[in-house]
Amino acid sequence: MNIAVLMRPVPDPVEELEISPDGADLDRDYLGYVVNEFDEHALEEGLLIKEQVGGTITVLAPGSADEIDDILYTALAKGADRAVKLGTDVGPLSAHALARLFTDALSDIDFDLVLTGVQAADELDGQVSVLVASMLRLPHISVVTATEPIAAGVRVTKEFWAGITADYEVTLPAVLGVQAARQAPRYVAISRIRQAQQGEGLVEADAVPPERGSVRITAVRLPEAEDGAEMLGGDAEAAAERIIEILRAAGVVQGG
Amino acid sequence: MANEIFVVTEHLAGEVTESSLELLAMGRSLAATTGAPVVAALIGAPPAAAATLGGADLVLVVGDPHLSEFNPEAHAAVVVALVNEREPAIVLVPYTSIGMDLASAISVGCELPLVSYCRRVTAAGGLAATCQLHAGKVEADVAVQGDRAVFAVLSGSASADDGRVGGAHAVEEIASPVDLSGGKITFIEFHEPVGGDVDITAADVLVVVGRGIDSGENIELADELAAALGGAVAASRPIIDQGWLPKSRQVGKSGLTVKPKAYLAFGVSGAPEHVEGMRDSSTIVAVNSDPQAPIFGVAHYGWVGDLFDILPELTDRLEG
Repeated sequence: MNIAVLMRPVPDPVEELEISPDGADLDRDYLGYVVNEFDEHALEEGLLIKEQVGGTITVLAPGSADEIDDILYTALAKGADRAVKLGTDVGPLSAHALARLFTDALSDIDFDLVLTGVQAADELDGQVSVLVASMLRLPHISVVTATEPIAAGVRVTKEFWAGITADYEVTLPAVLGVQAARQAPRYVAISRIRQAQQGEGLVEADAVPPERGSVRITAVRLPEAEDGAEMLGGDAEAAAERIIEILRAAGVVQGG
Repeated sequence: MANEIFVVTEHLAGEVTESSLELLAMGRSLAATTGAPVVAALIGAPPAAAATLGGADLVLVVGDPHLSEFNPEAHAAVVVALVNEREPAIVLVPYTSIGMDLASAISVGCELPLVSYCRRVTAAGGLAATCQLHAGKVEADVAVQGDRAVFAVLSGSASADDGRVGGAHAVEEIASPVDLSGGKITFIEFHEPVGGDVDITAADVLVVVGRGIDSGENIELADELAAALGGAVAASRPIIDQGWLPKSRQVGKSGLTVKPKAYLAFGVSGAPEHVEGMRDSSTIVAVNSDPQAPIFGVAHYGWVGDLFDILPELTDRLEG
């Protein structure tokens, strides 16, 4: 099975965010980027399918920043066959623009299945997975937590809520938005990534910066937690003492 | 009806979800601004289910054997056809597992702008929304160019009760507007949640770990505190996706809803999907190194600092 995996960088979810001076975006000068965690799961699911039935994996990622090289070389080191860097230098893209970029690039690739993360934390105007599928008029399933290659295509597990899931069979070609792979994304040693950097697996493709969308951010804020928690000051010892008092008041710690 | 407010409702096995009713409530308040009727699409559910959709002026019940269980391909084709036919001004879709398969398909199939992660949608002086991005860490005001759009709305953005009430509404049973035979996706079967080793919904105290716990080995620290408190360990989604704890320990939209007497969160950022599953806990204490973590917005008590300092400190004091 030939698989295309679509990956994109997102602001590091563990970093503190700051607002840009114009108040309409994050301050991106100091922002660290990491690969969208759901895309990592999409790649893992692709690698598992390749291990089961063979085939190739082509990874695509947009942008010109160094993070993109890291993402793509890591994917090659994990077992992807080819990585395509969609060189475009237009700053953060809307989900629609990103989807257009991916669909253009996919027209040059031989694929049976497209895997990508179910969502990204900054996708203001839709989900890339479903947008790509709809633009290519391919069937799609979102919130995928497992796949199983079968004769007719792929059997897919979709998660609903409260632990309820359903199985579907989908004929190929198709697009899947992956929530979580069957197993946690594999670790790869830094030496293997260096090896990938020496190889010829990464190619650059020209990409036309897509037009701006019709959804515009007018202001961004960091929500105030002022209606929320009473903040406990002090060091860990002082805070621990207060927390135990709070637990006592809640009736879950006895004595005093 | 060109200015109509079109609400895509969802159901699982014929049972309409709370998210659907919340959207009807949101539709009603938009209708109060624009004067437009609220039309709910109920796809593949038994017509009797329309009775719960009190907030709608009209319920369109779409019947077809291919629609009785959710099918991303068939349901998207029907919604796209209905929106193209009726040309509503506002389309509200729940930002849920079902809605995710529909919202972006409507945007492409009907050539409409789409705004995701919505908390609030307004129509006075142009279409606009307030959205939660970056897992709830950022709130954005968004303006839509043009007078029609699709909004994917986060759960908990309006009161489900307000969507349930309402006067007598019209119910119209219609056949699928598109031929659904020869589809590429076939529904096979549902799976109910698998029971776990521990029932986190029954615990009085939950020690809950998030991304900040850093590695699977560190969960032992939470185990020790939970043992000292006579409670259980639960987690947010990233921990489950990493395989560090079983699915039965997951709190949040795709996991379980819990209401313990005390909920102690360590390194949990507080994404909307997580908060949905724990906001009704009696006492919530959150520890996070990021003072902006949204979990502090829902917690009763918070401490900004290193969870690796305070977790063992708590265990020692309780055991001592």
